Amino acid sequence: MTLLEITDLTVRIGGKTVVDGVSFALEAGERLGMIGESGSGKSLTALAAIGLLPEEATVTGSVRLHGRELLGLPDRALAKIRGEQLAMVFQEPMTALNPLMRIGKQLAEPLRLHRGLSRGAARARAIELADKVGLPDPDRIVRAFPHQLSGGQRQRVGIAIALACEPAVLIADEPTTALDVTVQAEILALLRDLVDEQGASLLFITHDLAVLSSVVSGLVVLADGKLVERTDIAALAHGRHDPHTAELLRAARAAAFPTPGDPDAGS
Amino acid sequence: MIRYLLRRTVLLLVSLFVASVLIFLLLRLLPGDVATTIGGLRATPGQLATIRANLGLDRPLTAQYGSWLVGVLHGDFGRSQLTGVSVTAELDRKLQVTAPLVGGGIVVALLLAVPFGILAALRHRSGLGGGISAIAQLGIAVPTFWLGLVLVLLFAVELRVLPAQGFPVDGWQSPGVALRSLILPWLALGLSEGAVLLRFVRSAVLDVLSADYLRTARAKGRTRIGALLTHGLRNAALPVTSVLGLQIAGLIVGAVVVEQVFALPGVGTMLLSDVGNRDLVKVQGEVLVISAAVLVISFLIDITHRAIDPRLREAG
Amino acid sequence: MTVLRALWHKPTGIFGMVVLLGLVLASVVSWMWTPFDPTATDPDHAWLLPFANGHLLGTDRLGHDQFSQLLAGSRETLLTAILAMLIAGVVGILLALAATVTPRWIGATVVQLIDILIAFPVLLLAMILAAVYGGSTTTAVVAIGIGFGVNVARVARGEINAVRGTDYVLAAQACGASTGRIVRRHLLPNIAPTLIVQLSLTMALAVLAEAALTYLGYGTSPNTPSWGGMLAEQQAYLAARPLLVIWPGLAVVVTVLGLNLLGDALREATDPRLRDVS
Repeated sequence: MTLLEITDLTVRIGGKTVVDGVSFALEAGERLGMIGESGSGKSLTALAAIGLLPEEATVTGSVRLHGRELLGLPDRALAKIRGEQLAMVFQEPMTALNPLMRIGKQLAEPLRLHRGLSRGAARARAIELADKVGLPDPDRIVRAFPHQLSGGQRQRVGIAIALACEPAVLIADEPTTALDVTVQAEILALLRDLVDEQGASLLFITHDLAVLSSVVSGLVVLADGKLVERTDIAALAHGRHDPHTAELLRAARAAAFPTPGDPDAGS
Repeated sequence: MIRYLLRRTVLLLVSLFVASVLIFLLLRLLPGDVATTIGGLRATPGQLATIRANLGLDRPLTAQYGSWLVGVLHGDFGRSQLTGVSVTAELDRKLQVTAPLVGGGIVVALLLAVPFGILAALRHRSGLGGGISAIAQLGIAVPTFWLGLVLVLLFAVELRVLPAQGFPVDGWQSPGVALRSLILPWLALGLSEGAVLLRFVRSAVLDVLSADYLRTARAKGRTRIGALLTHGLRNAALPVTSVLGLQIAGLIVGAVVVEQVFALPGVGTMLLSDVGNRDLVKVQGEVLVISAAVLVISFLIDITHRAIDPRLREAG
Repeated sequence: MTVLRALWHKPTGIFGMVVLLGLVLASVVSWMWTPFDPTATDPDHAWLLPFANGHLLGTDRLGHDQFSQLLAGSRETLLTAILAMLIAGVVGILLALAATVTPRWIGATVVQLIDILIAFPVLLLAMILAAVYGGSTTTAVVAIGIGFGVNVARVARGEINAVRGTDYVLAAQACGASTGRIVRRHLLPNIAPTLIVQLSLTMALAVLAEAALTYLGYGTSPNTPSWGGMLAEQQAYLAARPLLVIWPGLAVVVTVLGLNLLGDALREATDPRLRDVS
């Protein structure tokens, strides 16, 4: 069953076409990767899907969730869907959380919005969620402020917030890019396990092919705003690919097995 | 937080002390002295010397400052060198005009700046937002005293609904008249300051609207306005309160000017005439009170800042 | 200069430049000629409405030609704006340098001083100076210059600190360049754009402050034509001839608006440009 169907999505900002006729579908339970260099339009495609593009952007095309058209819906209708059926984890844990609000309150927010939980019930759930994403000392951490947490911990909070209402579709926009290498693997594992457990579909965005291989099965490749290839991880090892895909593959291999003189080698 | 409170209070007291010394010294530089004003042009040097001795002007500076300071700490600002009237009593009477004037001015300014600043930010890409910005831009170019004159022209001269000048002689014993006398001054002061504040509110809200955490809030299921109200306003309040602190000094001085325009018997008008008369003791007291008000308000705003922003509390 | 060209493309920039040029033009012209002598009284032609008898904006109680007074007054305005701006600039840069490139304890003291002085109202300073030395354009300009100079210092200090950490400054220091050389060749040129914006905004504030001071009687002497002076004088006749109060007020509003818009346009024109270059 197709959960999320994106057809001919085009985004224009300031006269430039940054996403150009992108079309793909996300099936129920599928884990799809979206890969491309920075500037290829990956994040903007995701933001267009969830309706959180910057004000100056114009968008045409179609985004259907459970068959329902999302583009053009008024803010109030979209707000009901966001966080409940369609959720997102963002790239920058340092700025994604409100610095003046306690963690527990931010965790509880989607539950109070969509499930109508009372403050006490939501707080209890928030502690459970904190525990579920592996945060230490959940009772204490819900009373903490974001600046008291590490980057990895904040990203766990971000994931907990996104999965709080068990959405059908989760979009993860480069969730590990801003994190230390040592923390990345943990967060990826966490994401994979929770998505499996809830049976959600995942759209995972990144520029790093090596990261994708442990999380997704299929992938789409974006370059200059266009979708240039749709394939899966298994097929990457052989067969002919789009030159952009090949380049990404080469970069990933070089990073994994560095040879002297290769510009992509080394971190 | 307690440690910061203590440190900040100490800073406040030190600033007050420094201010009092500066004021005292600066005024001693005034050429021409009260003795001549009291004694008249034909007073002999001997008579002037007697007058000075009576006023204690022949004592060393530190002694003069010392006795003044002691008096102030007891709430006694001394006596006018010219009229002998108690400075504290005079200040008390005039503050009954100036304090409500400044207070009301702040209220009007906030009532204008906050809602319209937020609106200008929310609709910044449309004609409404641009229009509000343009009017605010115009507003900051308008001198406060001229705005006062225009308001008098409109409401007192043309429409005849409000008094052009003055304040009832018995002060707040006639509350109705007193209030009516303050309406135009409140508008003049508040609209002027409000225009300046509006631009800051707008820019603070714009910053918040484009912040990542607001996007996260919307991704959770908040509408744009809902996210702004629950997450944004507290964050926007931070830079706005900072600016408010800086603007307070301007507001108080604006009150002095407004008092002139509307002939209100407040601390400002009293200050201006006392400076002209070289009545040192009165001027000292008045300037000290004004400076103290500015310092205390900025102290309060610092504390509020600290209370709102948890990140500052750790910094110590 | 490319900055000027960029300004020309913005409506705010154009308006600002037009106002500034207009002010300069009015000052220069009034120096040599005005329709009537601004200080000459003409009791026979008092209270005239605009356009009567060649008086473009009418006359007041004593027959002073308002248009000529407005023209002549522009000189005071321009003078105050430029002088105050220059003083503010010098004071600001010196204070900022004192706060940044000096040994730690001097710098820290200066920073505290700046913070305390910033809260001190400019008008109050001007009134005190006027009380001590007698009110005049000079005391007003000096007070305004020092008062706003402290604000400029705060901004300049922030900018200097930002530039100090950059690689090329560190490299220059490593090469043994003297402080003076670093200040001259690296710090000042890089904070220049921000400073220019601040100074143009200071000019706007100076015009406002001078008008208020003169209105109160603490600025330019009543004998010299000035916009604030006109307002002080005509206030008494508000009911009889409201227009007399409107003209000088509008002049102030337009001038301050123009200078503010110029400052804003300068900010937009210089900001991204410099980020690209460095």
